[in-house]
Amino acid sequence: MTTDALRATPKVETPLRRFLTDFFASKLAIAGLVGLTLVVLIAIFAPWIAPQNPYDLRQLDIMDGRLPPGSKSFSGMTYWLGTDDQGRDMLSGIMYGLRTSLAVGFGASLLALMIGMSAGLIAAYFGGWVESLIMRIVDIQLSFPAILVALILLAVLGQGVDKIVIALVAVQWAYYARTVRGTALVERRKEYIEAARCLALGDRRIVFKHLLPNCLPPLIVVNTVLVASAIALEATLSFLGLGLPVTKPSLGLLIANGFAYLLSGKYWISFFPGVALLFTIVCINLVGDQLRDVLNPRLQK
Amino acid sequence: MLEPMIQLANVSRRFAKRLDVAARIANWFGAGLKDEIVHAVDRVDLEVRQGEVVGLVGESGCGKSTLGRIVAGILPPSEGTRAWHGKAIDTLPAAEARQAELKIQMIFQDPFASLNPRLRVTDIVAEAPVAHGIVKGSEREAYVDDLLRRVGLDPSLKRRYPHQFSGGQRARIGIARALAVKPEFMVCDEAVAALDVSIQAQVLNLFMDLRADLGLTYLFISHDLGVVEHLSDRVVIMYLGRFVEIAATEDLFQRPNHPYTQALLRGIPRLDARKQAFEPVQGEIPSPLNPPPGCHFHPRCKHAMERCRVEQPDLKPIAPGHWSACHLNG
Amino acid sequence: MRPNQPVLAVESLRTHFDTRAGVLKAVDDVSFQVAPGQVLGLVGESGSGKTVTGFSIIGLVDPPGRVAGGKVLFKGEDLVGASEERLRGLRGDRVAMIFQDPMMTLNPVLRVDTQMIEAIQAHDPKVDRKAALIRARDALGRVGIPSPDERLKAYPHQFSGGMRQRVAIAIALLNKPDLIIADEPTTALDVTIQGQILYEVQKLCRETGAALIWITHDLSVVAGLADAVCVMYAGRIVESGSVDDVLDRPMHPYTAGLIGSVPSRNRRGSKLAQIPGMTPSLLNLPQGCAFRTRCSHAQPGCAVEPPITQPVPGRTLRCFHPVGLAHAHA
Ligand SMILES: Nc1ncnc2c1ncn2[C@@H]1O[C@H](COP(=O)(O)OP(=O)(O)OP(=O)(O)O)[C@@H](O)[C@H]1O
Ligand SMILES: Nc1ncnc2c1ncn2[C@@H]1O[C@H](COP(=O)(O)OP(=O)(O)OP(=O)(O)O)[C@@H](O)[C@H]1O
Ligand code: SF4
Ligand SMILES: [Mg+2]
Ligand SMILES: [Mg+2]
Repeated sequence: MTTDALRATPKVETPLRRFLTDFFASKLAIAGLVGLTLVVLIAIFAPWIAPQNPYDLRQLDIMDGRLPPGSKSFSGMTYWLGTDDQGRDMLSGIMYGLRTSLAVGFGASLLALMIGMSAGLIAAYFGGWVESLIMRIVDIQLSFPAILVALILLAVLGQGVDKIVIALVAVQWAYYARTVRGTALVERRKEYIEAARCLALGDRRIVFKHLLPNCLPPLIVVNTVLVASAIALEATLSFLGLGLPVTKPSLGLLIANGFAYLLSGKYWISFFPGVALLFTIVCINLVGDQLRDVLNPRLQK
Repeated sequence: MLEPMIQLANVSRRFAKRLDVAARIANWFGAGLKDEIVHAVDRVDLEVRQGEVVGLVGESGCGKSTLGRIVAGILPPSEGTRAWHGKAIDTLPAAEARQAELKIQMIFQDPFASLNPRLRVTDIVAEAPVAHGIVKGSEREAYVDDLLRRVGLDPSLKRRYPHQFSGGQRARIGIARALAVKPEFMVCDEAVAALDVSIQAQVLNLFMDLRADLGLTYLFISHDLGVVEHLSDRVVIMYLGRFVEIAATEDLFQRPNHPYTQALLRGIPRLDARKQAFEPVQGEIPSPLNPPPGCHFHPRCKHAMERCRVEQPDLKPIAPGHWSACHLNG
Repeated sequence: MRPNQPVLAVESLRTHFDTRAGVLKAVDDVSFQVAPGQVLGLVGESGSGKTVTGFSIIGLVDPPGRVAGGKVLFKGEDLVGASEERLRGLRGDRVAMIFQDPMMTLNPVLRVDTQMIEAIQAHDPKVDRKAALIRARDALGRVGIPSPDERLKAYPHQFSGGMRQRVAIAIALLNKPDLIIADEPTTALDVTIQGQILYEVQKLCRETGAALIWITHDLSVVAGLADAVCVMYAGRIVESGSVDDVLDRPMHPYTAGLIGSVPSRNRRGSKLAQIPGMTPSLLNLPQGCAFRTRCSHAQPGCAVEPPITQPVPGRTLRCFHPVGLAHAHA
C-alpha cells in the first residue's frame, strides 16, 4: 500500500474515480442505489405523479372506503393498491407518506449531523474538560434506548412535525458526536494539523478547514445508517400515535390506520405502506453497507 | 557575544496518563493505581546561534520529537522558558509572539501525514502567508510558483493533490509550506527518515542549499548518525529525556566522551566496515515511565559504578565547547 | 548434499501482479544463489521487489500475484509449482522467514512457550513436550534473551519491539533451517537494538551454517553483515557479486549512485552525490533499462533491454555502459 503510493505517478486514478469503481463493484449496492433514487424521486414528485391528492377532501369519497387493490372508483379511476377507510387511494397515500417520512428522516438526520459533528469536533480538538463534558453527555444519552428518549420527549412536547424532528435530533446527535470525535482524535494527531498550528493558523480555520473534511468519510457511512433509523423511528412513533399529526400522515401513520382492519382481511391498508417502508430502509442500508466497505481503509487492499 | 537565536532554559515536558473513572473506582477497593507520568523531556538547556545547524540524536522515545515541538511552539513546555533572540516568547505581546512563532517552522517526518490530503498543493503552500498578510491575494499564485521552484518542484503541478506526488516530492511540498512564511529557524524532525536513500540525498542537498541561500538556522533531529554528522555543526545526544553529550560535530565523532555516545558510534553499521564485528550495547532501552535512578544509562553501561546508580550526573564542560554528563569525568 | 552445492538457486524468477491498471512485474527475471553458511544481502529501494522475491521463494505470493516463470531450486528441488502441502512442510522447518513486523510470526493470544512448542511439534510430532521446551529455552538463550525460563511464560505484547523480533528469530531458528529469509527485520528498531540483533544473527549463521538472505534497503547493514550482495532496481537485479567487489567497485550506475548518496561517503557539509528523478512506477517503466531516465551514463542504445553479463567472474551486471574502475575508486 505505502510502497505503491510512494511511487504513484501523477497519472494514477483519483480517489473519487477509485471510490466510484469500488462502489459500483457490488450489484447489490447498485440495486440499492437505484431503488433509493426511485424512492426519493417518487417522494419529491409525488404531487405531480400521484393519481390523487389524498389530503384534498374534495377528491375523496367515503363510499370508496376500504376497496381492495385493483378496484375502480365511480369516476373511473383504478385504485391499484386499494383504498383506506377514508376512501383514499393507497398508492397516492404511500407516495405522499414517503414524502413526509423521507423529509422528516433526512431533515432530522442532517440537523443531528450538524450538531453532533460540531460537538464531536470541538471535543476532540480542544480536549480537557470540554471534551469530558461533551462526551459524558453523549455517554448518558447513548445509554438510554432511543425509543424511550423519543417517547418521553414527545410526551412532554406534544405532537407536530417540528416536535418529532426535535425528538429525532435529540436521539441521534450523540451517535454523530461519538463517530466524529473518534475520527477527529486520530486526525488531530496527524502532522498536518500540527503543521497548521505551527503556521499559527486560527483554531476555527484548523477545525473546519483541515480537521473536518478529513473526518467526513465515516460520517457519511453513519449518516446513511442513521437516516434509515430516523425513518424507522419516526414510523414507529407515528404508529404509536405519538408522531406526526393525522393531517400529515407518514408511512407509520398509514400502517397504524390499517392495523385495525388487518385481522378482518383488509390487509392492503397496512401492508403496502409497510412494504414501501421496508423497501426504503433496505435500499438505504444496502448503499450504506457498500459505502462502509469502500470507505473503510482497513478493508482496502 | 551574539545572543543565541533560540534558547531553552531548564525546559521539561511531562505527559500524564491520568486515571480514568474505572481506575479511580478500582482504587477505592485498594487497587493502588497511580497516574502514569512520562518525563519526555527532563530539564534541558539548549542554545542555537544564528546560522548554526544543531543535530539532535537519540533512540526512539527519548524525547527528540517532544523537544522539537517545544522549540517549534506546537507544544508548551511543562516548565522552563523559551526565548527568541533573547526575549522570552510567552512574555511578548500577542502580535510579536506570533511573529516569533512564524519565524520558527517545523518540517515533519511523515511525507504522507504531514500534508492535508484534501487541499491542493497551491492551497497548502499559500494558506498561511495569505492568512497572515505576508502576500496579497493577487500575488498569491506567483508567490507559490516561486516557492515551488525554490524547492525543486514544477509549478505546473500545483493544482494537484498531495496523493499525486511521490514521497520525495511531498517532502518538498512540506518544505515549501514552511518557507512560505519566511522562517529563520527550521526544526526538522526526522525529515528524511521516510525517504529512499537516493531521494534522501536530494532532500538533504536541498536543506543545505536553503541554508546557504536564505541563511536558515536548523535544529536537525534524526536517529541517523550519518545524516547528522554530514549536516551539523554541533551535535546533541539525548537519552531518556536528558542531554548526555553536546559537542562540535568533529569533536563528538572523533572523541566521544559519554559511554552512550561511544556505544552508539560503535553500533552503527558503516559502509566501509566489512564483516563488522558488531559490539552491541547490552540491555534494552528502559521505559520512560519508569527510568532508572541516577544516571539513566547505568543499567547498560560497562563503566557503571555505585555512584551512577544513585546520583544523576550533571552536564559538565570537559573541553571547550564539549559537554558530557558522566561520573567518569569526576 | 554435496559441499558447495547452493542451498538455494533462483533462476529467472518472474512474479507478476494482475492489477486493474495492467500487469505489474514485481520480480522480473531474477537469478541468484546462496551457499550454506553464506549471507546474501538483497538491497534495493522501496518497491523494488525485495519482499515479493522473498515471498516467491517460499510460495507465499497471494493473488492477484502469481509466479509467472522461472525456477526456485531448494537443494535441487524446484519449489515453483510444488504442492501447498510440501511448501507448508518446508516453511518453518527447512526454510524460515523473519519479517519486519515480528507479529507476522507471533500469535498475540498465545504464550511464547506454547507457540514455540507448537512450532517444533508441527514438524516433528515425535518430540515430547519436555524436550521441546528445553529446545525452546535454548533457542531464546541463543538470541540473547536474558532469563529465558521466565520469558517463555510471557505473551508477545509483554516484550519490547526488539525482544519480540528476537523471539521471532528464535522461532525461525528452532528447527535448524537450511535457509533463512529475513525481510528487513531491523528496519523498525533502534540503532543499539539493531546492533544487538545483527550481532546475534552473525553468530548464529557462523555456528549453524544456515544460508541467510538478508533483505534491506540499507547498504551499510549489508556491508557489515553479508558476504555477497544483489542490488535490485524496479524488479530486476541490476548488479551482484561479493560485498567487497560491489561496494568498493560498483559497476552499475545505480549502485554507484546509491553508494555515493550515503552521507558518510561524502565530505562533511559537501553536497551529496544524488540520483536525479524518482523511482518509476512498475506499471510504467521506461523501455529497455529501467534506470535509463535517471542515469548519467545512458545512451540511446539503453532503450534496448540490457542482458545479464558476467564482466568479472563471480559478478553479474545488467548495463551497457558500466561505471569505470577508475571512477569507482575516485
Ligand atoms: N502526546 C503524548 N502523550 C503521552 N505521551 C507522549 C506524548 N508524546 C510523546 N509521549 C511520550 O514521550 C516520550 C518521548 O516521545 P517522543 O515522541 O518525543 O520521542 P522521540 O525521541 O521523538 O522518539 P521517536 O524516535 O520514536 O520519534 C515517549 O515515551 C512517548 O511515549
Ligand atoms: N498484492 C499486491 N498487489 C499489487 N501489487 C503489489 C502487491 N504486492 C506488492 N506489489 C507491488 O510489487 C512491487 C514490489 O513490492 P515489494 O513489496 O516487493 O517491494 P520491496 O522492495 O519489498 O519494498 P519495501 O522496501 O517498501 O518493502 C511494488 O511495486 C508493489 O506495489
Ligand atoms: S555516569 Fe556512569 S553509568 Fe552513566 S554513562 Fe557514565 S559511567 Fe556509565
Ligand atoms: Mg520522533
Ligand atoms: Mg518489503
